[in-house]
Order: sequence, then C-alpha cells, then structure tokens
Amino acid sequence: MLCVKPYSMFCKIFIIPFYEMWELPDIFVQTLWEGLVGGTLYSLIALGFVLIFKASGVFNFAQGIMVVFAALSLVGLHAIGVPAILALALTVLIMLVLAFAIERVVLRPLVNQPDIILFMATFGLTYFLIGFGELIFGGDPKVMITKQLYIPTGTLSFDFAGGRVEMQKLDITAVVVASLMVAVLAVFFSKTRIGRALRAVADSHKAALSVGISLNQIWIIVWFAAGLVALVTGIMWGARSEVSFALEIIALKALPVLILGGFTSIPGAIVGGLIIGVGEKVGEIYWGPLFGRGIESWLAYMIALVFLLFRPQGLFGEKIIERV
Amino acid sequence: MRMKGLLVGAVLASTAVIPAFVSSASAQDTIYVPLFSYRTGPFAGSGIPIANGMSDYLNMLNERDGGINGVKLVVEECETGYNTEKGVACYESTKAKNPVITNPYSTGITLQLIPRASVDKIPVLSMAYGLSASAVGQSFPWVFNPPATYWDGLSMIIKYIADKEGGFAKLKGKTIGYIFFDGGYGREPLPLLEIFAKKYGFETKLYPVPPAEMQNQSGQWLNVRKDKPDWMIMWGWGAMNPTAVKEAARIKFPMDKFVGIWWSGGDDDARPAGDDAKGYLTLNFNGVGSQYPAVQDIIKHLVSKGKSQTQPDKVGENLYNRGIYNSVLIAEAIRNAQKITGKKVVTGEDVRRGLESLTITQARWKELGLEGFGAPITNVNCTDHNGHHAAYMQQWDGKKWVKITDWIAPLKDEVRPLLEAAAADYVAKNAGWPKRTESCDRPS
Repeated sequence: MLCVKPYSMFCKIFIIPFYEMWELPDIFVQTLWEGLVGGTLYSLIALGFVLIFKASGVFNFAQGIMVVFAALSLVGLHAIGVPAILALALTVLIMLVLAFAIERVVLRPLVNQPDIILFMATFGLTYFLIGFGELIFGGDPKVMITKQLYIPTGTLSFDFAGGRVEMQKLDITAVVVASLMVAVLAVFFSKTRIGRALRAVADSHKAALSVGISLNQIWIIVWFAAGLVALVTGIMWGARSEVSFALEIIALKALPVLILGGFTSIPGAIVGGLIIGVGEKVGEIYWGPLFGRGIESWLAYMIALVFLLFRPQGLFGEKIIERV
Repeated sequence: MRMKGLLVGAVLASTAVIPAFVSSASAQDTIYVPLFSYRTGPFAGSGIPIANGMSDYLNMLNERDGGINGVKLVVEECETGYNTEKGVACYESTKAKNPVITNPYSTGITLQLIPRASVDKIPVLSMAYGLSASAVGQSFPWVFNPPATYWDGLSMIIKYIADKEGGFAKLKGKTIGYIFFDGGYGREPLPLLEIFAKKYGFETKLYPVPPAEMQNQSGQWLNVRKDKPDWMIMWGWGAMNPTAVKEAARIKFPMDKFVGIWWSGGDDDARPAGDDAKGYLTLNFNGVGSQYPAVQDIIKHLVSKGKSQTQPDKVGENLYNRGIYNSVLIAEAIRNAQKITGKKVVTGEDVRRGLESLTITQARWKELGLEGFGAPITNVNCTDHNGHHAAYMQQWDGKKWVKITDWIAPLKDEVRPLLEAAAADYVAKNAGWPKRTESCDRPS
C-alpha cells in the first residue's frame, strides 16, 4: 500500500477513504443508502419551501414548525382516542384550515408589501405556532403512531460482499412515499391549470391578477400543499426519532438543498436533496475523522457553496438577468 | 374633575404602596427559590419531568408542612429553553427578588453564572452537572455540584466496564466509543477520558452530535458500526437520547454494552425504542418509583388535587424523581442554614453555608420519607463541594428501569487531584479570580 503509519495528510485525504470504501463495500453501500434516505427526506422539506417561494417569493421560515405542528396534531388526536386513519384525515383538515387562516390573517393584509415584510411575517407565524402547539399539546415528546398507520417496521437484511447491508422498512417506506409525493406534486404544479396559475403568480402578482387568477386561492393551495409535505415529513422523521419541537431544527437542513437546487425548482429540490444527503453521509463517514467528526451540519453548506461557485443560480434555478 | 383627580391620585398611590407592602411582607415571611426550567424547546422532553419533580417537592413542603420550619417557600419557575442567553436573563430577572439559591439546570448557563455567584452572594447548585472543577471549594466557594461530578460519573462507568471485562488490566487494547452532545456538557468529561485511555491502554473513538443533528444521528452510528467499539458511552440530553438508543438498536449494537450518564436515563429516552432498548444501561443516583412516602405525599397534597402540572402516571419516573432529589438538596440546605444561623428567613449567604455543611445520612433520608432514595450525603465540606458520592447502574427491561448494581463509588483518588489541577487552571486563566474569604462551618 502507498501509505504507511503515521499516515500523511495526502494519504488521509486521497487514499485511505477510497481504500476503506473498497475494503468494506457493505459499509459503503450502507452509507449510500442512509444518504439516499436522508436526502429524500431533505428533498421533501425543501419542496415545502419551494412551493411557497414559487407562489409568493417568500422564504417560509415557518416550514420547520409546520412539520412539528402537523406531526403533533396527528399524535395528539390519536392520544385522545381518535383512530389513527381518522386522525390522519383530521390532521389533513387541520393543515387546510391552517392554510386558510394564514392566507386570511397573515398574507392577505400584506399583499404588495416588500418580500422582507412577508418573510418577517413567517417568523411571527413560527413563534405563534410554537406557542400555540405547546399550549395545546405540551412540550413533552411524543411517540409517532407508526404501527397504527400501518407503516412497516423492522429490518430487511442481506449479505453483500462478505458483509451485511440493512435497510429499515420504515426508511424504504419513507423513500417510496416521499418519491411518490414529490412526483405527484411535480406533475400537479407543472401540468395542471392550477400549476400554470402558480407559475404566473410566481412571475408577477399584478400580471396574474390582471388575467383573473385568484392570488388568494393560489396561496391557500400552496400553503396547503406545503402543509401536506410537512405532515409526511413529520410522520417519517417522527417515526425515526420522536415527535418533539426539536424536529423544527431538521428543517434547517433544507437550506443547503435550496442553495444547491435553486429556490424555485422542484427538480432542484429533489436532486439537491439527494446530493446533500449522500454527500454529507459519505463525507462524515470517510473524511469526518480528519476533522474530529460531527461535520455533517456544516459539510452540507460547503457542498452547496462549492456548487454555487460554478452555478450561482443553483442547479436548476432561474438565471436572473436584470438590465440596468 | 376634582373627584377624577382624587381617584387617579388614589390609584397611583395604591400602585406605589401595595407592592412595597407586599415586598416587605414577603421578604419577612417567605424564602424565594427560583427554579430555572425548560418546558419548551428541543430539550423539553428531559426538562419537563425534572421541572415537575423540583417544583412538586417544594410545593408539597408548603402544603404539608407550611414550608420549612414555618417559613413558606416562594417557588417560581423561569423558562430558559435550555438556552444560555435566556438562562442569564432569568438570573438577572430573579436576582432582584433575593433568591437564596440558583438552579441553572444547564451546564452552559452554569458556566456563565459561576463568576457572578460570589459577586451577587447567591450560591449556585448545579446538581451533578456543570463545571466538574467547581467541586473544589477553596476556588469556588459559591458553587456546589453534589452528589457527583461528571468526572466521577465517567470513572464509575469505566470501573463498571473494567469489572465486566475482568479487571482494569483487561481494558488494554479495547476500544471505547464516546457519543456526546457537542457542547459544554458533552465535552466536559473529555480530558478525563483521554487520561484514562492512556492509563489503562484502551483506544477511544469520539462521535460528537451537533445540536442541530440530535434527531439525525445515522452518520454517527454508521461510524460506530464501522469502528466496532467494544463499549459505547453516551453523554446525551433532550431529543439526542431516544434517537441514539433507536440508532444503536438499528445497527444492532449490543445494548448491554451501551452505557449512558445519569442524564441519559429518562424513561422517555428508552421507551420509544420499545423492546429493542432492552439491556440499555445508565448510571443513576436517585431511586425510581412512587413507593416512597414523600412521593406519596406529593400525590396526596398536589397531584390528586390538581395542584401539579405532572400527569399522574409520570410521578415516580426517573427524571421526575431526579427533580425531587434536586429539591431535597435545596430544602435540606435551607433547613441547615436555618439551624446554623438561628434565623428562620435565611439569605443566599446563609444557604451557601447550609450547602457547605450539608449532610443527609441514611437516617435522614428515612425521616424525609425517602428511605433508600439516595446514597448518604456525607462528604460535602468547605474544600469539597461535591462529595464524590456513589451512583448505581440501572438497566432498561423494556418497560422500566431496574437497579442492577450496588452503589458504585467513583475513583475519587484519581479524579480529585485532576479536579484540583483543573480548578487551579481555571483560576489562573481568569485573572483577578477572588481568593476565598468565606469562613468554614462544621458539617450539620
């Protein structure tokens, strides 16, 4: 081997990680799988941001707390005796009511205000939902009703290259559900009349209004769609860990995805999520020891920033050209 | 018009006079005990049961005994969200009300309050958390961290592992992983872990968990799978704990070789993983369950009357009882301060003396209605603000924690000199650190 102890920095960066991938292929495949699962869930969170950004030009700071609120509503309803499937349906209804309320109370009075005002309004919404959620459901963590929702649990394990690769059925479900959801939403917003209206609103509120598109209706639809995305994210992430207000922080993982994929692109959210998910896991496992490990939280941003050097508008973002 | 003026004048006068009257009355007849707590935010899962236990015990003393020696306690929570800035704000807002003690309930907040304690004359009780070196009473006369420091905790865990492996000599060549909350709390035992690794010849693997990744630990546990450590030690808190237990189960790490510190042993830390968490181990220094007479008094005087925020089925759980343990230390320190000074309404300076000569014998635990709840507190004194008391190992059986060892004494002979060196280092790095001038009382 090229490297001898004590290993040089060159070896640690360019030789040993690849040697480990070759030497332990089961761990490498497991790493890719974990990255894929994480990446799919990041895509889902990023999608929630993209939908609202496309419709209103606003970065929805409240997306994270919507994940928590949706998951808490589901678990909370079940805790008071509502059957799981009915609780799921009622939570969807709650997210619809929330979308109506946000449009009526927060967005409508702020039409034509600068984007920064709307952005700040989503801050306010975040803190309102935190307080409201804690008031209704309490601050203690809850266990996701995984089995009651018929989400498979357990492990699929198979031998691979003399090792073992394990896939949690829950993770497989998350990947399938998230992929389906992303596909449906992508088709809905690109092929349907509402989708075209959404694109018109994204281009110009005034022009959209002038051709008879209801801005209020579009806002309700996208906030509801973002609420559904939040619900699915909350169920999947809550099942992996627990349903608590700490889940809100997970939404921040969507930021590098958005930087990478572009704020207005649904395919960007998907591809960006997968790149970040796989990239941070591979980085953590093989290059993490060089930095004392625990590098996932900033590595995602590094990956996004490196991409930005070459494509400032993101992978699929719109190139903005302004004539002066 | 004149009448209106009179009314306004009367209202203004009453707003000026009434608070003064209330304040003077409360200063004479009550003792103010602020409790810093976090019922909201990412750490609420751990914070809520502790806050409930702390406030319930003190409120029970008010209901059952009319306070301590006839003096009612004014128990007031301040929400920190486990956030250091908010914790400091809580300290500043409660300071004016003459608190007799501060309970930061966060290592980060404790580190900020240590320099202020001697200035404001308010003792800091950081029960089994905070700065380990603050156990050195000569350097930190206003800070107390009984019953054991984090360094004691680590030494007990290493002792337990050595015992299971067949002696300290058998640790040579082993690999011990350490997964920790990447903040002041989780980093606190690192220096001692390095020293132990050198001394006993084992290799350490570190797995930091950044606060933003508490619920996203698959990377850390994949590294554990790759490294194949013989044992895993955890210093987790909040949402990090249940996630780590689930992830350990996912990679099929043997749970009876996964040991948490006493802050990683909440019922809600192990329960979400279901049967997969069976065998998970943590240290503990308080009893679990609601069978203790004092806990029954809490149920009788508070919970059953709707005067507590605690759900009835949560009474007696580990972290709830941890809160009770914390408040027993507060109450006994106040009682001791009353005894030393002969005063009924004591001050922060008095309670500092009460803490410094605190003794809770086995008989006293029994008198308190908490027989066997904790190891006797017998070693706290002017030079030793911790006492380095024993803890025990508990194991999750799938439904509840079960005590599986007798009391494990820390490796005090090894830990104490290191703590003294760390305290000296702290003092040297903080120019102008005040020399101890406080006198010394004999143990109660």
